[in-house]
Amino acid sequence: MAEMRYREALNEALTEELERDPNVYLMGQDISVFGGAFKVTEGLMDRFGEKRIRDTPISENTIVGIGVGSAMTGLRPVIELMTINFSLLALDQIINHAAHVRYMFGGQVSVPLVVRMPQGAGHQLGPTHSHSFEALYLHVPGLLVAVPSTAADAKGLLKTAIRDDNPVIFIEHETLYGQRGEVPDDPDFTVPFGLAAIRRAGSDVTIIGISRMAQTAECAAEQLAAEHGIEAEVIDPRTLRPLDLDTILESVAKTNRCVIVEEGWPHGGVGANLAALIGEQGFDDLDAPVGRVTGVDAPMPYAKNLEQISFPHEQQVIEATLALFGDRKRALRG
Amino acid sequence: MADRPLPPPETAINWFKSMTLIRRFEERAGEQYTRAKVGGFLHLAIGEEATIVGAVAALRPTDYMIATYRSHGQALARGSEPGRVMAELFGRVDGLCRGRGGSMHMFDLERRFMGGFGIVGGNLPLAAGFGLSSDYLGNDDATLCQFGDGASNQGTFGETLNLAALWSLPVVFMVTNNQFGMGTSLERHSAQTDLQVKGEGFGVPGLECDGMDVIDTWAVTEEALRIAREERQPVLVEALNYRFRGHSIADPEDYRSAEEVLEWSKRDPLLTFGDRLIAEGVINEQQREAIDLEAIATVDEAVAFADASPEPEPSSLYDDVYVLSDEVRGWYSADHRGAGLQKGEELC
Repeated sequence: MAEMRYREALNEALTEELERDPNVYLMGQDISVFGGAFKVTEGLMDRFGEKRIRDTPISENTIVGIGVGSAMTGLRPVIELMTINFSLLALDQIINHAAHVRYMFGGQVSVPLVVRMPQGAGHQLGPTHSHSFEALYLHVPGLLVAVPSTAADAKGLLKTAIRDDNPVIFIEHETLYGQRGEVPDDPDFTVPFGLAAIRRAGSDVTIIGISRMAQTAECAAEQLAAEHGIEAEVIDPRTLRPLDLDTILESVAKTNRCVIVEEGWPHGGVGANLAALIGEQGFDDLDAPVGRVTGVDAPMPYAKNLEQISFPHEQQVIEATLALFGDRKRALRG
Repeated sequence: MADRPLPPPETAINWFKSMTLIRRFEERAGEQYTRAKVGGFLHLAIGEEATIVGAVAALRPTDYMIATYRSHGQALARGSEPGRVMAELFGRVDGLCRGRGGSMHMFDLERRFMGGFGIVGGNLPLAAGFGLSSDYLGNDDATLCQFGDGASNQGTFGETLNLAALWSLPVVFMVTNNQFGMGTSLERHSAQTDLQVKGEGFGVPGLECDGMDVIDTWAVTEEALRIAREERQPVLVEALNYRFRGHSIADPEDYRSAEEVLEWSKRDPLLTFGDRLIAEGVINEQQREAIDLEAIATVDEAVAFADASPEPEPSSLYDDVYVLSDEVRGWYSADHRGAGLQKGEELC
């Protein structure tokens, strides 16, 4: 094991896959000379050259489309969009093309494409630069969606994403890039898609945290144990498509309660989807309605105090969990 | 019309046959649409046969061709079996795309016909992607990307031409200017109506061809492909043509006059090319008739083939949404209507 930052783990994954497969190449704004807006691709141009580490103009839709076309004809592009906010400019290529080309042409081609991009609030970047869009991409059949929350998962999932033959939306988190974690040294280390991580074992309640919220959930769980005697099982699904629903349902069967924590909006969110699935397939195991903790249903404000109350923190997770134990009124008064 | 000499007789006859087949195929497709055999939208290429056949004739078999939602003709010209094209229109399992794509989404990988695409301008970035693959892999394949005059107003037009020039990609962009973006005439949708110059600011030089003349289209496309392939310089070719039918079958054509259509119909590419082949002694009137009857017979067979082809199995509904991997755990889809529930480890 080696300790490294989340961004370094991503850099190592890219380096190893570029070494392993000559048809893997990187493309994105400022990834080459500049080393990436978040320095994930630092040093790669010197090592692999401009043919494989390609700076692009600011043309998100076309960058993704070029990736799709090259993936249809033998290459394995890894695209960096500077942030997930700008992926909205590329939605046509991501949904109408990357996700659907294989299906609409009867399986004649595949699109082994990775679109990497960070999301998340916390840097006071206001309404156009703070989105969390895992729910948007989760919605689309044909796409796979990964949401790594640790350095090890960042590396292991990215390697799997690059080797997978489907288009993968790989969602990093802006506030995690500098975070350190233990990462296995083994160059063959990968994290399979569709395998949730149980971050903390517990028997009283299941808390599912998405992306950065897996960490928030874990912190909340420690406080729940220390201050309320509630032992929470914390699950990080790690990929939302494919989804390790089995691990979630097994946990809920044990704990009989569930809270889902995500940074994005509540309507049509990841939690809404998971709550429906748990309701459909685990209803008999539930002693209380599935709880959700989400970002607020508004664009992200700039003012620091407003921004901080616009996405979940440990306290909201604790209150939502306590509410499942018959203390809902107290929790709502908060 | 007679500016350029005819190609060798065998080549000229093949082009004429290909154009005739497209014309008869499209007419029959329209007829089948009115009989409800074909669903959705149906965009016919009647009047655009010379643009299609001339452009395709300039391609090598290993070159990539990509087109729009009006793409039955491109598939046929590339050599796709007419029966499989018709079966796709009918939504049958033997269709080129197994009934998943329909009229707007033809695709034949074996012939490097890389698709009809339903989103206007959506195919341009993909063409640059094919060009990037050729460049990256170090071969001399080129890509021909056809799109309409309307698509030249999309953001992807400027973005893609810029990138193709910046990266020296071997791509020929062919804007088939049939004078209308659906029902909006060129001068009402584009400030610059001389479309061949629209790429210059992006570093992509323009050429123009008479899209009603198969020989001119072939000659200009071939030169453009040579520049793209040998000089690694993308080129924009404007092919001027005219569609004789509406934008789609559901188009009443209120936006243009009968006189205008009549005027253009005098330049019908099939008629004029056939007349020239006769005038220059390549074929006689009986042979023209025989070629026409042969095309009609081929289309008859295509309809019979499509009619006989079964509908896709309902159980195949989820096929090819994903490339399933035995490495993957968990559920690709939570939709319990899906056969096998799409669980990777169970399906593989």
